[in-house]
Amino acid sequence: MRVYLDHNATTPLREEVLEGMLPFLREHFGNPSSAHNFGKRVREAVEEARERVATAIGARPREIIFTSGGTEADNLALFGVTNSPLASKRRKVVTSAIEHPAVIESCKALKKRGFEVVFLPVTPEGVVDLGAAEEAIDENTLLVSLMLANNEIGTLQPVREVAEMAKAKGALVHTDAVQALGKVRVKVEELGVDLASFSSHKLYGPKGVGALYVRTGLRLDPLLHGGHQERRLRPGTENAPGIIGFGLAVELAQEDLDRGMDRRIEALRDRLQRLLLERIPHVVVNGGGPRVPNTLNISFAFVEGEALTLSLDAEGVAVSTGSACSSGSLEPSHVLLALGLPPEVAHGSLRFSLGKDTTQEEVDYAAEAVASVVERLRAFSPLYEDFLRSELDLEQYLLRRKEET
Amino acid sequence: MMENFNYSQKVMEHFMNPRNVGEMEDPDGVGTVGNPMCGDVMRLYIKVEGDRIVDARFKTFGCAAAVATSSMVTEMVKGKTIEEALKISNRAVAEALEGLPPIKMHCSVLAEEALKAAIEDYLRRSKDEGDRRVQPSHKHPL
Ligand SMILES: Cc1ncc(COP(=O)(O)O)c(C=O)c1O
Ligand code: FES
Repeated sequence: MRVYLDHNATTPLREEVLEGMLPFLREHFGNPSSAHNFGKRVREAVEEARERVATAIGARPREIIFTSGGTEADNLALFGVTNSPLASKRRKVVTSAIEHPAVIESCKALKKRGFEVVFLPVTPEGVVDLGAAEEAIDENTLLVSLMLANNEIGTLQPVREVAEMAKAKGALVHTDAVQALGKVRVKVEELGVDLASFSSHKLYGPKGVGALYVRTGLRLDPLLHGGHQERRLRPGTENAPGIIGFGLAVELAQEDLDRGMDRRIEALRDRLQRLLLERIPHVVVNGGGPRVPNTLNISFAFVEGEALTLSLDAEGVAVSTGSACSSGSLEPSHVLLALGLPPEVAHGSLRFSLGKDTTQEEVDYAAEAVASVVERLRAFSPLYEDFLRSELDLEQYLLRRKEET
Repeated sequence: MMENFNYSQKVMEHFMNPRNVGEMEDPDGVGTVGNPMCGDVMRLYIKVEGDRIVDARFKTFGCAAAVATSSMVTEMVKGKTIEEALKISNRAVAEALEGLPPIKMHCSVLAEEALKAAIEDYLRRSKDEGDRRVQPSHKHPL
């Protein structure tokens, strides 16, 4: 059996989306900027896609700038604001410690350019600390960037609350909503944001295409310089088949949400969580409070994530881990460390992300496979041996480790 | 997220079916190296008869390469004299596994260090034991 539980990494392309794209890879090959019929046919389809994306997020079509994906949308938001004349008076950017690298690394680059950057801490549940936000956001703050849903642990962030704080100080607000769109309701008006990033391949659309919502009246600097496309904010001949596929995917994802697909997925996610907790002792569920319905992140203490994912891959189960190897040492994910997990627990973390086609049978099979793999790896983990010998339970162990550091 | 690389078949084979796993009863030497902070800890047990390592076992917390190198090093030391075993380098372990991705070479260093630590522990113990054996007959400890 092959079970794909890595939908936060990417999703398969929907059949209907592929069908909708194919004509634009074949007969409708025109350049949407061309004045002739070949071009006009494609222009219409691109603008239809823009409307679809705008409708889904409650924006106006003109506010949608198509990009090459979530990473570019994040970069365009952060550098678009900080390169603009708006940055002459305000020199501070506030973000969180658990952002996607597209935001974190951009913020580090901004720091090098002389901006003050604050990475807000999160609670042990993985939600940004509102007290810290209140303290950090001030009259010098140009931009606040807070993701809507975290990609590793799925926690939903208090974007609306933080946007209100920002507004009160006259700061702009960006949200990376890449992992939220298609999973929960996303309406930019309700969130009160000025900028929002989206990516097509997380919701059964093609890869390499995404969008940045730019509120009417906000003037950004482009990253790229060239033609007039995308209101000069993203010059270059449009990725028409990708954009058209993205538009269809967003619309279909919205229909699924309206039909309650999220509740079906959530029930399966909760089942997976229950099965794993029943079968496997000494685990931590990462991320508390409201989460996107498809995501589950669990630390299986005292085993290492790469060993887990490779063993599971051999069983046909595809998941991902927050444990990564950099030369010289294994570095657990910045998100899990921000939750306050000690590294030897963070290293054993797996992210399960379910999709619209995930079945109960798959979930049950995966739970069984994870249980047997964890057991196999723990049997030869010296840290697990020491832990059992200590006769502590995991909660006591974590407390003791916290006191040590 | 996980790096992109491919392990050799031999690494995967030793990772999926590691040899000599688990604790050893009454080992003559135990070495634990690594750092849970960095995500890898290796514990190696050896049994010595005369000056020959007759058995080796291990426990490892770490990535697939760490598990595979532990498994391989226990295979390589069996039957070797202490002197021969001390000459086993991390490169030799990696070669026996048909190579490791460059960023995973440090996992094999861990295997070499675990073996050295176990041998040192054995030498220390046999010295202590020697001392203890000697002590009762000599009224004046050295
Ligand atoms: C939260 C978040 N932001 C941004 C991205 C980047 O999106 P893309 O892969 O389209 O560049 C991802 C996807 O990995 C993500 O999960
Ligand atoms: S044990 Fe360090 S990455 Fe293998």
